[in-house]
Amino acid sequence: MTEQPAIQARGLGVSFGGISVLRNIDLDISPGEIHGLVGENGAGKSTLGKVLGGYYAATAGELQVFGQPATPWNPRAALARGVALMHQELQLVPELTVAQNVFLGIEDKTFGILHGSESDRLTALMASSGYTLDPRAVVSSLSIADRQKIEILRALARNARVIVMDEPTSSLAKDEVNQLHRIMRSLRDAGRSVVYVSHFLDDVLSVSDRITVLRDGDLVFTRPAQGLTKGDMVAAMLGGDKSQTPFPQKRFSTDPALALEVEGLTSPNGARDVSLSIRRGEIVGLIGLVGSGRTEIARAIVGADPSSGIVRLDGQDHARRSPFESTARGLVMVPEDRRKQGLVMTLPVRPNVTLPHLRHFASRGWMRRARETRTVRRMIDHFGVRPATTEGDISHFSGGNQQKVLIGKWLAGNPKVVILDEPSRGVDVGARQRIHEAIAELAAAGTAVLVISSEIDEVLGLAHRAYLVDRGRIVQEIDPDRTDEAAVLGALFRHQSGAPPESEATTSP
Amino acid sequence: MTRFAFARFLQSYAVLIMIGILMVALTIMSDSFLSAQNLLNILNQNAPVAIMASAMTLVIIAGGFDLSVGSIFAMGAVVSAWVALNLDPVLGLLLAPLVGLLLGMVNGLVITTLNVHSFLATIATSLIFKGIAVVLSDGRLIAVRMDSFTWLGREKLGGVFVSIWVMLAFALILTLVLTRSALGRQILAVGGNPEAAILSGIRANRVKVMTFAAAGFAAGLAASIATSRVSMGQASAGAGLELEAIAAVILGGTSIYGGVGAIWRSIAGVMLLALINNGFNIVNVDPFYRDLTTGLIILAAIGISAAGKRSH
Repeated sequence: MTEQPAIQARGLGVSFGGISVLRNIDLDISPGEIHGLVGENGAGKSTLGKVLGGYYAATAGELQVFGQPATPWNPRAALARGVALMHQELQLVPELTVAQNVFLGIEDKTFGILHGSESDRLTALMASSGYTLDPRAVVSSLSIADRQKIEILRALARNARVIVMDEPTSSLAKDEVNQLHRIMRSLRDAGRSVVYVSHFLDDVLSVSDRITVLRDGDLVFTRPAQGLTKGDMVAAMLGGDKSQTPFPQKRFSTDPALALEVEGLTSPNGARDVSLSIRRGEIVGLIGLVGSGRTEIARAIVGADPSSGIVRLDGQDHARRSPFESTARGLVMVPEDRRKQGLVMTLPVRPNVTLPHLRHFASRGWMRRARETRTVRRMIDHFGVRPATTEGDISHFSGGNQQKVLIGKWLAGNPKVVILDEPSRGVDVGARQRIHEAIAELAAAGTAVLVISSEIDEVLGLAHRAYLVDRGRIVQEIDPDRTDEAAVLGALFRHQSGAPPESEATTSP
Repeated sequence: MTRFAFARFLQSYAVLIMIGILMVALTIMSDSFLSAQNLLNILNQNAPVAIMASAMTLVIIAGGFDLSVGSIFAMGAVVSAWVALNLDPVLGLLLAPLVGLLLGMVNGLVITTLNVHSFLATIATSLIFKGIAVVLSDGRLIAVRMDSFTWLGREKLGGVFVSIWVMLAFALILTLVLTRSALGRQILAVGGNPEAAILSGIRANRVKVMTFAAAGFAAGLAASIATSRVSMGQASAGAGLELEAIAAVILGGTSIYGGVGAIWRSIAGVMLLALINNGFNIVNVDPFYRDLTTGLIILAAIGISAAGKRSH
């Protein structure tokens, strides 16, 4: 690595409105390397990625790209100099085709008239880079993994020599992650650099050549991945010698009463003949690959999607299913996307928390402000929400604190059955641990809990029982304490590659 | 971030600052401007549109848009005048808001059952309501020269026009509903994030219907006042009032993207538009400049609203 670095940062700093987010960063990205960038939420890893891609300007220090100072520096300039940023939320035009997206803005044209040559150009580009996508497919019909390939092709079409990927695997299933890693390696072998921003430490460790750890805006170290362990990284991220957080002790319920029974639930959106049950005080997991229909099953149970089949709450038929009816009867779902489905960003913390329980905080239709504030205050103290203010502007909270508010919002009404969809997605280690404790406390108090997560170890660590889901069906029931992540993953892939599981869809009651 | 905070501040208080500047300027330019008489007249003249803008604020906060309130106003004018003339004057004044409430509910039900954008639905219902008003009145003026009908628009109570009291009471009630009631909370949530509101067990469609019902009621009430004042009702009344009400709401800084807003600011928006009008009358400038100025000010308000949205 004596050659000139692709990107060289010296004393780089970024601050927003006087708040320093990155300080004194010295970083070299070499040509032909995969460089992992890890840190807790809020450590500044995404910010650093966006500075490299030209989306944020550095407020201190200096940035050189292939030996030249990066001025002016914006997304267009970065792309012209060979640096492309792949956003966490992909920036594609859903109604256009693959080829049109890849060559968006750089089409062949004469006096503004397009030649329509994008498909042929894409075929040539894919042949040289080893991808296979239908150039004429409309993007909205493709999976997230395929859309990421389009983003990468887009970067290649612009001759990008450095590709910054911001949390590219957060919505990918395991096999798709492996596929992305293969793509990263082939990019590296072609002499390009990949900056891999992620909070999945195993992923980063398995593919990176060097890894940089950030903590609270400071660079802790940059080291070769070889010889580095997950423990080293976690220790560096946390600043102490803490290990990955343990799961709370499982407390088995002795209450035999079924809180939730589901029989033959089928919804047009994806649930297929689902039957399951949860006892009071029991935590049950739902495990499946991305796109397996886990979320759709949850939505059908609470009535967010229409469905046929039987749902019983405490033995009582729950026939007219809608979020309104379900909430009133103590069956609630914490949705997976806190920004789009969970929180109302235009309202402060207090009204967000009490939103599902307005009846309890109103008399004759008028809100009881003091009662609201007391409850929200308790929730904030219970979950350790920061900043600890009931009137805080939630849109400026960190992901972890937003998630605590989201979960607290549903628990404020003492529900009987709680469905948690990705309860710890995109939150830092501390928030994750607090959320896990809250789930265990909830069950210990007699609530029935259904946990959905794409992190298999999370479900295994929390749940008393778990169901495997494939294509909207429950295909197997497992005992989380008698299996491990690898075995579960193996089983999922077996079900996925098997014929549509008709006969084997039997679950032990 | 400080820039965004500034944009938010502007969104909330720009209307008051502009009113202040205009008041000072008009006081300097004209001796007759700053008198209780003139100011009360301005309030009185604009009470009907202020009532409509107050309710329109709820519709816009909930993420909707109502282009039919001008036509509901026309229906209210025709109904109140016809009933006053043929049945009973007081019944006429009372019936117009109720007819408005009904038509507003029709709007809400059309929008929620067909699941179409309120902008499109209310363009259609606007034509329908207007058409009914024309048919009912047979296209004629209905004159009602009875004191028991005209008191609402002309009389004073404690030295202040009754219409101003009605406007203040209506705005106060809507403010309390928006800020203190469970329904108000639901309106803010449905406008801020419809999906989160629905998943929180809020019947978003029901909430939307309520806001359109409020807008319809307000248009009927405004029609009662205006018809009573001019002592006649006709189907052409209220034309363009919907745009004036929407412009006032936006001038007041209520977000056109929903979820954020306040009633008092919409009333301030109405008063700002009224002062611009009054100012041009006082200084006697070519009315062409009046529309131009109003348009530019509304454009600035929309720009500020968009800047506030981006800060999220």
